[in-house]
Amino acid sequence: MGNSDIRKDLLAKIADLHEMPQGAYNIRENSKASGRKNTKNIIITNKTDKPGIDIVILPGTKKQSLHIPVLITETGIKEMVYNDFFIGDDCDVMIVAGCGIHNEGDEGSAHDGVHAFAIGKNSKVKYIEKHYGEGKGTGERVMNPTMTARLGEGSVLELESVQIGGIDSTVRKTTIIAEAGAEVNLQERLMTDGVQSVTSDTEVVLDGPGAKARINSRSVAKGDSTQVFYPRMVGNADCFGHVQCDSIIMDNAKVRSIPEIAANSVDARLVHEAAIGKIAGDQINKLMTLGLTAEEAEEKILSGLLK
Amino acid sequence: MLRLENISYHVPSEGGKREAILDDVSLTIPDGKYIVITGPNGGGKTTLAKVIMGLVESDAGKIYLDETDITGYTVTERANAGISYGFQQPPRFKGLTVKDLLNIAAGRKLKTAEACDYLTKVGLCAADYLTREVDTSLSGGEVKRIEIATILAKNAPVMIFDEPEAGIDLWSFNRLTGTFREIHESSGVTLIIISHQERIISQADEVLLIADGKLAGRGTPDEILPTIDGFSRRSCQKIEAQM
Repeated sequence: MGNSDIRKDLLAKIADLHEMPQGAYNIRENSKASGRKNTKNIIITNKTDKPGIDIVILPGTKKQSLHIPVLITETGIKEMVYNDFFIGDDCDVMIVAGCGIHNEGDEGSAHDGVHAFAIGKNSKVKYIEKHYGEGKGTGERVMNPTMTARLGEGSVLELESVQIGGIDSTVRKTTIIAEAGAEVNLQERLMTDGVQSVTSDTEVVLDGPGAKARINSRSVAKGDSTQVFYPRMVGNADCFGHVQCDSIIMDNAKVRSIPEIAANSVDARLVHEAAIGKIAGDQINKLMTLGLTAEEAEEKILSGLLK
Repeated sequence: MLRLENISYHVPSEGGKREAILDDVSLTIPDGKYIVITGPNGGGKTTLAKVIMGLVESDAGKIYLDETDITGYTVTERANAGISYGFQQPPRFKGLTVKDLLNIAAGRKLKTAEACDYLTKVGLCAADYLTREVDTSLSGGEVKRIEIATILAKNAPVMIFDEPEAGIDLWSFNRLTGTFREIHESSGVTLIIISHQERIISQADEVLLIADGKLAGRGTPDEILPTIDGFSRRSCQKIEAQM
């Protein structure tokens, strides 16, 4: 596969991009900017004190999208990137981030993204982040994303975080604070194989009355991989929070799931559920009675959980 | 035509002995018939159905579908040869929606109207269910009806239903018995229903009585229904004697 094909393939995998995106975008490739477009309402500028960008989305920006994919196709690149998002009041925007590493070499590649969101009042933000790695080299592919977000009153953040293959090591840290009436829906999908490891540490603080949040984490652990989940929901007011973690464990994998709910207000209503289990024989049998092979049945069950 | 020849299935029991769950069962089920298998609990009905589907491997005997020996077929091969089986206690699938399961069953992406039609036939209000995951948020009765809907969507020449009435409310049950009657009257499908329900039994072309792992009787509903009480009594006496 040529370099432009690899690039195209990675962009499709991490950002569902098959051509240049509509709306604003910033493409970072091998630690350099390789494409940027600002719009009237979405303004991207380079940081001057460290690697990364500032993104300003003006108040009232509606139905607009921003794509900020990161590609690493050269072996041995290790970077720490800081992206700060300033999203005004009354916005409705979709942000597609994501990082793809294609490492054919023997040196490790690593992208550590630090994303900070300041979201104004009554805004709606959909944030999709996909992480993907590939390549035949022995170099490790590492991603350690950190995200912090503060949601202003009445705002909604829908966060989809997907890592479904090829990343050897990840430590993910997410901290979200929701003010009065704000809402957070966090969907996490993870698959690990081989000797890959993931630690996902998520904290959602419901800081104002009427705030609500759902953390829904689903994962599949194969091979000798390990996964550790620490989803925490903190209720400081009259609020509602729900944490749900479901993992399918296979082969010699190890999964730890440690959900925590913490109420600091008598009016906080918080719930957590966590389950780890292998694919049940009856599930495979049922799909086989519908005509699938055992392998096809397993694939359906795994892809269903992770979709 | 489905033909079973000398099917036996044993499990280990106390003292190194082997207990017969199915004991030399032979029977022939012609195409297009509505057959009910009934009999006391623990008599071998579900095991017999699972042997036909390939979910349980018999330790003796042969199974033929349209004169093809399918004894060595896997579950998948039997499914693709034209046998389907609705589980008595269907599994749940976190992540798979009702529509997903119906699509898998049909072997293609169903149109919404088609999928809704299958759900309506089992007494479910379709629009509420298609996008729901088949997980623990559904009641036992709902999962059971979705299970039956998958068999309808698969539309195999041989449909086996294992106690379809279990966990289903009266109103849905009435709809379900009507659906079985419609399938029987409007298609050449062979219906094999394991049931204790008189309403289902009385609709059958033929009733097979399975007790103690044997085919203990077969006949029309009018012939078999009057004998069921006697079998139940003898079965209870046998269980009491073993206690």
